[in-house]
Amino acid sequence: MMTFAELKKGMSARIVEVPTVGDDHRRLMEMGLVKNTEFRVIKVAPLGDPIEIDLRGYRLCLRKQEMTGFGVEVF
Amino acid sequence: MASKSSKRIAFVGNPNAGKTTLFNSLTGSRQKVGNYAGVTVERVSALRRVGSFECEFIDVPGLYSLTPASEDEAVAVKVLEEETDLIVCVIDASNLERNLYLYSQIAELWRPVVIALTMTDRVEQAGSTLKIDRLRRLLGCPVIPMVGHKEKGVKELLAAIESALTTPTEPTLLSDIGALRDLQVELARRGYDHSIGALRKEVLNEQSTMIVPFVEIQPIWDKAREATENASFADPAARYAWTAQVQRESIVQTSPKKAVSLTDKIDKVLTHRFFGLIVFVAVMYCVFFSIYKLSQPFMDAIETAFGWLGATIGPRLEGVPVLQSFVVDGIIAGVGGVVVFLPQILILFFFIAMLEGTGYLARSAFLMDRLLGWCGLNGRAFIPLLSSFACAIPGVMAARVMPDPKARLATILVAPLMSCSARLPVYMLIIGTFIEPQYGAFWAGFALFAMHLLGLFVAIPVVFVLNRGILKGKRLPFMLELPPYQMPRWKDVFLGMLNRGKVFLTTAGTTIVVMSIIIWAASYFPRKTDTGLPENEAAVAQLEYSVMGRVGKAVEPAFAPLGFDWRISTAILSAFPARETVAPSLGILFSLGSGDEAEAKLGSKIREAKWPDGRQLFTLPTSIGLMVFFALCAQCLSTLAVVRRETNSRKWPLFMFCYMTVFAYIGAWLVQIIGRSFVP
Repeated sequence: MMTFAELKKGMSARIVEVPTVGDDHRRLMEMGLVKNTEFRVIKVAPLGDPIEIDLRGYRLCLRKQEMTGFGVEVF
Repeated sequence: MASKSSKRIAFVGNPNAGKTTLFNSLTGSRQKVGNYAGVTVERVSALRRVGSFECEFIDVPGLYSLTPASEDEAVAVKVLEEETDLIVCVIDASNLERNLYLYSQIAELWRPVVIALTMTDRVEQAGSTLKIDRLRRLLGCPVIPMVGHKEKGVKELLAAIESALTTPTEPTLLSDIGALRDLQVELARRGYDHSIGALRKEVLNEQSTMIVPFVEIQPIWDKAREATENASFADPAARYAWTAQVQRESIVQTSPKKAVSLTDKIDKVLTHRFFGLIVFVAVMYCVFFSIYKLSQPFMDAIETAFGWLGATIGPRLEGVPVLQSFVVDGIIAGVGGVVVFLPQILILFFFIAMLEGTGYLARSAFLMDRLLGWCGLNGRAFIPLLSSFACAIPGVMAARVMPDPKARLATILVAPLMSCSARLPVYMLIIGTFIEPQYGAFWAGFALFAMHLLGLFVAIPVVFVLNRGILKGKRLPFMLELPPYQMPRWKDVFLGMLNRGKVFLTTAGTTIVVMSIIIWAASYFPRKTDTGLPENEAAVAQLEYSVMGRVGKAVEPAFAPLGFDWRISTAILSAFPARETVAPSLGILFSLGSGDEAEAKLGSKIREAKWPDGRQLFTLPTSIGLMVFFALCAQCLSTLAVVRRETNSRKWPLFMFCYMTVFAYIGAWLVQIIGRSFVP
């Protein structure tokens, strides 16, 4: 299992662990970042963060350091 | 506001789903922009007839979910839960899986729902086929496919709205709300009407007293509570399992998918780690250079028109000097001073609408996030901050889109440091008078660009200090959607500009005209009579004798280190309520001072202005210092009032006013000191 911080451009990954629901993570899940969601890392912003991912057919930008609590598995 | 008998129709959807485009197609120029009671979120609505129904269409701010994460969303949710007869849910067909998440919650509000399915052309371009009938069956409500740019589907949507108002259909529900509906029916029987959304919150509230008068339905209440606590709607994963299923069943890939989409090709350059930043700076420079150059002829025309108006009306009132001066120098000059802003505001909002409409605004937030993020803001602050370059008022209000309260407050507190369009007249006046003639158009553009960057650079340490020491609370995770690129529709761009222009003229404009008249009165009264001086000198003597001149003189020593004389300090003082008034008041101060006011323009007047000992008043350091002072100073009562409302405290606007004024003074003083060491 890896964290978001370890992801590189072009990687495909699956969410295998989500944080226990708290207010700040609820919105991430409502954007579709739930367990077993597959996504692809499209791009890393010029200064290293945020990253752009493709999930459920749309593009979302997230900060790597803020994705603590999420576990991913690269495939 | 619509009458009681009219139907309220709320348009709701994810951000970027094409909701505003659809709303504009349906309502056009009938739109009214107001505010929700008690909060400052804009309420865009329009009245129109649908078949035999008189309707009020309401454009609800974009939402990702009905669990509000910001005040903006809380207002939108309240509108949906409490004041709608029908909900038009705008769903992006090319992003069905995520868009249906919101729908799954909306269905549970138990209102009639009509789905406007936008961007159907995008699905076809991607080589897929939409099975509309299947989607209708799965969702249990009318689904109208739309092709946004061609206004296709609008007629069908209106027909669907009419028939849903006549005979409402029941949407398919993801989770069982039967127990809640039983409770709703029982309460309604006892004369209490509550929405499903409101009841859902109420049964989960342990302190609720709603049921106390009705002991007999306690079992129904308990059942509703139990069902609500166990319901799958609390779990986003269950909803997404459902939306993914609907997506699979209703969209079929019919031809091979393109390997690389057009958006990806464009993003290869625009979000590139090197070229992306170059393009970003170039785009921003073009925007501000265009504002400077394109607005010039319009502003000249407006000034000429108002000058002509004054020269035409003035002589007819010669018999009554007070009235003549009031009309020409007070009213006509004041209104002219408002209208002259319109070209800049419209051009800037044209660019903002273009950046937003194409999808580039989101890319800029992606590029800028790290830059703004390290000091505690985020890329999303770029939007309120960019808006603040037009006016801090919408900018401060736009900060509501930031779900993180701490970053939001920090953004609000620095937004007025961004150089708003009301500062432009001062820059234009000084750059046009002292920089462009001597140093040429390139340096004029550069000076304007630098003045706009100044506030941004000052904002960074301010936010840093705010986040480290002053503001408390935790940060929410950052989320930003990058929508596919598209051509904005001219109608949307135009309506956006029109609404901004209207809001400016009606709110800011009124304040400015009133202030202009007050300034005129302060410089006209009390009258000094029978001086026996020639006309020019009598005018100067009158101004010095007036209320404004006395106050300006009194504070002159405080401004002396900045190289400002009593006329400049008077103009600065008069600009504290609204900095827009500085150009008109400088006009009054200087054209009265040297007489011959009708013909000469303000630029040549201030170029010739002298200290009493004959030194030139506007040296280069003084001119630049004056611009710096205006760039940093909190001279806008309306902004302070909006901040007071948005932060719900008196402390923050007061804090803002103090720190900005101190910065402005120090900034102008530093320019004077550094400037003098170069130009002795």
